[in-house]
Amino acid sequence: MSDAFLRPPFENLQRQHQAVAFGMWIFLVSEVLLFAGLFAGYTVYRDLYPQGFLAAGRQTDIVFGTVNTAILMTSSLTMAVAGRASRAGFGQMARRLLIATFTLGALFLVLKGLEYREDIQRHLVPGAGFALAQRGAQIFFSYYWIMTGVHAVHVTAGLIAVMRLIVVSRRNVGWLAGSASEDATALYWHLVDVIWIVLYPLLYLVGRANG
Amino acid sequence: MTDTAVNSAMPPDYLHDGHTLRSWLLSTDHKRIALLFVFSITVFFFIGAVAIGIIRLELLTPAGDLVSDDTYNKLFTIHGIVMVWFFLIPSIPATFGNFLLPLMIGAKDLAFPRINLLSWYLYIGGAAFTVATLIAGGVDTGWTFYTPYSTMFSNTAVLTAAMGVFVVGFSSVLTGVNFIATTHMLRAPGMTWFRLPLFVWSMYATSIVMVLATPVLAMTLLLIMAERWLDLPIFDASRGGDPLLFQHLFWFYSHPAVYIMILPGMGVVSEIIACFARRRLFGYSFMVYALVAIAVIGFFVWGHHMFVSGQSPYANMVFSFLSFMVAVPSAIKVFNWTATLYRGSITFEAPMLYAFGFLGLFTIGGLTGLFLATVPIDIHVTDTYFVVAHFHYIMVGGTVSAFFGGLHFWWPKITGKLYPESWARLAAILMFFGFNLTFFPQFVMGYLGMPRRYHAYPPEFQVYHVLSTSGAAVLGVAYILPLFYLIWSLRYGAAAGMNPWRAKGLEWQALSPPPRDNFLSPPVVGEPYDYHPQEGPDAEGDAA
Amino acid sequence: MDESRARREIWIRPVVVWVALCLLLAATCALAYVPMGNGNLPVSLCIAAIKVALVGLVFMRLFENNPLNRLAAAAGPIWVFVMFLLLGADYFTR
Repeated sequence: MSDAFLRPPFENLQRQHQAVAFGMWIFLVSEVLLFAGLFAGYTVYRDLYPQGFLAAGRQTDIVFGTVNTAILMTSSLTMAVAGRASRAGFGQMARRLLIATFTLGALFLVLKGLEYREDIQRHLVPGAGFALAQRGAQIFFSYYWIMTGVHAVHVTAGLIAVMRLIVVSRRNVGWLAGSASEDATALYWHLVDVIWIVLYPLLYLVGRANG
Repeated sequence: MTDTAVNSAMPPDYLHDGHTLRSWLLSTDHKRIALLFVFSITVFFFIGAVAIGIIRLELLTPAGDLVSDDTYNKLFTIHGIVMVWFFLIPSIPATFGNFLLPLMIGAKDLAFPRINLLSWYLYIGGAAFTVATLIAGGVDTGWTFYTPYSTMFSNTAVLTAAMGVFVVGFSSVLTGVNFIATTHMLRAPGMTWFRLPLFVWSMYATSIVMVLATPVLAMTLLLIMAERWLDLPIFDASRGGDPLLFQHLFWFYSHPAVYIMILPGMGVVSEIIACFARRRLFGYSFMVYALVAIAVIGFFVWGHHMFVSGQSPYANMVFSFLSFMVAVPSAIKVFNWTATLYRGSITFEAPMLYAFGFLGLFTIGGLTGLFLATVPIDIHVTDTYFVVAHFHYIMVGGTVSAFFGGLHFWWPKITGKLYPESWARLAAILMFFGFNLTFFPQFVMGYLGMPRRYHAYPPEFQVYHVLSTSGAAVLGVAYILPLFYLIWSLRYGAAAGMNPWRAKGLEWQALSPPPRDNFLSPPVVGEPYDYHPQEGPDAEGDAA
Repeated sequence: MDESRARREIWIRPVVVWVALCLLLAATCALAYVPMGNGNLPVSLCIAAIKVALVGLVFMRLFENNPLNRLAAAAGPIWVFVMFLLLGADYFTR
């Protein structure tokens, strides 16, 4: 079984798994730096316009934000257990958990879409007719849209990767443990969760106490 | 893979392992992908060269008479974008790095061969946007895309151009990921970290910079595109944005990007100098530390591009101090190369001539960098030709010299053929003189106050511009010459044998050109740079 | 059955972490409504950092993995720190 999953240039499967996980970690670091470019700008403008950020932060929908955080954390749980299950030899269990992960991730995107619709109705898109007058509020919402937008692109990419695992493992659940794909996908999915965990206080918890 | 039945037959070399177009375009062989990159970057090198050729012609006379000022702006922008992102950044890593990294560590391929192919397709995707920019009439922001001009005022194809750079960035991230994972995971038995050739170390250090810096540029360009497209106020000062933030984020990538260009050059030159001086590289471990130190400190110095931008004077002091720090590991490298030459039995083959060119030009470029790191001097020469000359000494005098040096040094390995040596020496010497004739006058006129990016200028600068343009003509010949004799050698060149230079790296233990899996039997790993002065390249007996 | 016990044991550690994450989420959400002046942001970011550490160490298996992955993971925060530090050199001294 093990040799079926060996890909050149590797000569042993354990090394291949190590390399894929390590390679994914390096890629994840570059993803962290990608978002760091946004965090840096957010920090600079928050320092420049504290009042505008507090006023704007109160306008995001905390219910959507909090529920979505819980959903994404739960999807991270199912993903983590899926990996442990396939490594322990419970392929079918792993596959069901991957389906759960996919469902939760898709639910996240649906809720995000509903939240976007509400934001648009409440004129929270920067530009003419923006709902708030405070200086800096438009910048807060620029960052809100770009941060959540780029994150949603990552969720979508993660969903495609999870779907690939589900489809390919349909015939042979042993593939999940044998190939390194599940491990790499899981790491990526957890990173998407990690980014959201950081975005949540920056976008949804700002200015709540000063309402 | 090899049965005993077919063991007697030699496997075909990588050039003959499949002849269809598909076997090239869908190849996962690092050597074929390297050649795909060689072709693509050569095309873009000549696109960028044509743009600057027209600029140099325009600057022959003080009046703006050849092209309009708008066209001039578009020409220098496309020259910058193409040369930086579509030639220099991938120049050595994606070609020689791709080809040699697995060979030098005794591996069959890079760790992720399909990701490697994806890198090339991302490059082509980015390249397509850049060509589309040209067709759409060009872009006039300068390669730096400074706000607010790029976001609010320019009415050229900024979105398309930024998109091209955005896409090609992912190509370099993936290359970086691949190189780091390969170096960690696929070294042959016995190939310890401190036996790695310096070229491998330089690829490793470069990859770190690619992986950590490039995403920040991607995000910065995304912000530019979002602001332009969706009218967001992120860098718009009238709506509370800060244009300086753009410069910070841009240079967070673009200063380290200089090290993406020069570190591989240092790696190439280290291989060449040790080989043709027949000496063990002086201070190997310090060379390694210096490479890593340059890569890391390179992240701390970006603010020296912003001394006159209005950033805080305290930041100027910090960045000035940190910029001086880069000079320490750079000087270690220059002194160690020189010390390697000392008492070596030096021969002057073409690769060595290019390496000498690198040494001299990089030193001048580096020393003038110290001028620019000094705040008062920088204020005097900001945005003058002094700066232009400085970074061309590093990026062209350094990186391009090293690129041509590496091309000649490894040409026998890549193609299995020898090129005509005297033509190659002529090209190398021509390049050195052409380069200095082009760029040294630019130091002088820059110091005298000639600003960059102007298509008309006061007549007193004409003499320098005429010198510079004539140098550019010589340089052009020096660039085109190798194209002819190298292609000639493909057909008529003598067979190179495994190791024409009697060099020591593992890549010379493979056949020339190597077969798909690189080594027929596991390579023998020894101490790095195990050269001895008595055995010159002309010593009798050849491994092949 | 031995197997069903093994299946259950797989869940234990991740679920413990998940419960902790949920409690921290509830805490950070509630604390955001407590007026602390400038203290709200640091508190919520500290809680986020704990959550990130939990996900990284347990879900992403940095806790049990080889040191190489930890080295790679550490590069992220270190470089973000450098970026913020040097940006601060400008913005906080203007």
